[in-house]
Order: sequence, then C-alpha cells, then structure tokens
Amino acid sequence: MQHEYQYFPITVPGKGAGGQTGTWRFVRPVVNLNKCIGCRACWMFCPEATIHVIDGKVEVDYDYCKGCGICANVCPVKAILMEGEDQ
Amino acid sequence: MMLMRGNAACPGCPIPREIDALLEVTGQKTVLVVPASCTSVIMGDTNGMPSSVPVVHSAFAAAPAIASGIKAALNSKKEDATVVVWAGDGGTGDIGLASLSGAAERNEDIMYLCYDNEAYMNTGVQRSGLTPYGAWTTTTPEGKRERKKPIPQIVAEHGVPYVATASIAYIFDYQAKVKKAKEIQGFRYIHLLSPCPPGWRFDSSLTIRIAKLAVETGIWPLYEIEKGKFRLTSLSKTLIDKSKRKPVLEYLKLQGRFSKMTSEEVKKLQNEVDEFWEEIQKID
Repeated sequence: MQHEYQYFPITVPGKGAGGQTGTWRFVRPVVNLNKCIGCRACWMFCPEATIHVIDGKVEVDYDYCKGCGICANVCPVKAILMEGEDQ
Repeated sequence: MMLMRGNAACPGCPIPREIDALLEVTGQKTVLVVPASCTSVIMGDTNGMPSSVPVVHSAFAAAPAIASGIKAALNSKKEDATVVVWAGDGGTGDIGLASLSGAAERNEDIMYLCYDNEAYMNTGVQRSGLTPYGAWTTTTPEGKRERKKPIPQIVAEHGVPYVATASIAYIFDYQAKVKKAKEIQGFRYIHLLSPCPPGWRFDSSLTIRIAKLAVETGIWPLYEIEKGKFRLTSLSKTLIDKSKRKPVLEYLKLQGRFSKMTSEEVKKLQNEVDEFWEEIQKID
C-alpha cells in the first residue's frame, strides 16, 4: 500500500550541507599575491577545499572558508595573513 | 573534489581533507560505511550530504559487519567497488573491536580506516581506550593513567595482508598507502592520527603542525606491515637514531590537554617512546 508521505530517507550530495560555513569565521585569510610563489601548500592542506589555484596564484572561497588559519600556518613564505572580520 | 565544501566539521578539523584524500585515490566506485562518530555529523546533516559517494551510516559496533555484507552483495552483482569503513577510535578500539576482529579474522575484502582523534570528541571529549597517557579529557580531569591501546599491532596479529599507520601531515605517504591497500585483496587496515583542535585544546591553525610533530618526535611512527613484513615509511625511516628524534615535550607543550603533566610523567612518556623505537630497531 502506497501512502503519499512515504519517501526514501536519502540525501543528495551538494555544497553547503552544513550551511554557509563562511559565517563561522572570526578571522579571514588574505593572500598577498606579490609574495605568493604558487607552491600549493595551502591548497593541499585546506580541510575545506576552499582554496583554488588559478594561473599559479591562490584564491579563497569566502562563502565556505571557516577561518581556521591552517593555510597561513603552512605557507612557507608567509604570504597569507589572518585579518579580523571586524576590520 | 570528492567531498564538497560547506560541511559541518569544526574549523581546523582535518577529517574532510582526510576523506577527500582517500576518495581521490579510491575513486567514484567507493562505498563508505560510517559508524557513529564525528563523521556521522559531517556526512549526515539535514540539509544534504557533502560526500559524492554513497555513505551508509551504521551502529557503533556493527560497521565492519555491515561492510562485509555490502561487499558480498556487490560481489554477487558482479560490481567492482571498494568498500571502506571510516571509523573513529571509539568505534574501532572500544565499542567496535569485536566486529573489527571478526572481519579481520574472516579476512573480508574491505578496507578499514580508523581516524584516531584519541577520545570521544563528538559527544564532548570523553576518554577512550586510545587516549594517550597523561591526556586530559572530561572523564580523566587529572590526566589519563593508562597507556594507549596498540590497535594497529592488534590488527596485525590477525595476520591480515596489510596494516599501516598514516598522518595527515604526510599526505602523499597516506595516499600511497591507500593506493597500495586498494590493490590488495583481503582485509586492509590503515590507522590515521587526526588532531582535534577543540578536544586536544590547541588553536585550529596548528592542526598540520601538530600532526607533523607527532611523527617527528616519534610518538606516531609511520609504518606498514605488508604480508607480515614490517617497513618504516616516509620521515620515520630516518628516525631510528634517537638523536634524530625531537623530544616529546615539543609535541606535548602545544596541546592544552597535556598541560597538567609533571616533568616525571613527560620523562615516563619519553622512555616509553624510546623503548618502542628500540623494539622497532630489532624488527627492522
């Protein structure tokens, strides 16, 4: 017997399963593109996959970046600075 | 990107990157079995799912049994897919140990990945069997008195074809091990040390540095046991000589959970680490 309210409890994959996680952020990573050497250390270790490397330079997706600061910590030339969100 | 951004993991948590690195190697034909753990929250949020591969949520004690069943079902349908159990340290070493041991004994054709954050972090930092000596948790406020359970060795004693330890700071080493495990038939076990910023009491930006220090101090040796043959990998190959290893204090002092340890306790831990490496030297 088929009821209207019957459904399969299956979720589909998609971005933002935990909401717009960029709103969690206290500090934001700001990339100094003059210093960036395109080594991709930040891209490799970003837990959220919010860092992209476009033409050898780094770009951050601020919609989902949680502001953990791992990218600034692993950067070998200190091209990423964590700046306060209120500034 | 196999694990999509905007998931519910804490800032600085390495779990999404670890799953992503795993799925980069095992590919789209993977089934993840996740027992109750932090990953249940990351995968099972109400708004959707960040994973692009199927995820089966399971009860704490049943994940290896469910994975065995899924593999048998896939075999009967002649589907070639990798079944991976992605479990925390509680679901591996405490509550899930019986079914893990059962699946290892039957040599089921599944991959078992334990991400070890050394306590029950999801429920609010309670001690587990894999919490190290001296660590603060809410149920061991003065520091844990017992030592960490040696799960990789326990699984290796079952005579399974592949056992390895890995660290998120050495991501290529980790992916090489997953790649090797994917090719092997039978029960494969990989143990990942996964630093937890709120539970280990450190700043979220230090995750990779702490994972790196765990290897450099020798607390977390990177090795693999392939068909009973022990081999150190990556940086750990160079650490057999004691002078090459950093003192464990460098690893401990960055974490608030070890702040109550006295210098005698630190010495005891250092001795334990040194004894462990002497044993490794004998095998190697």
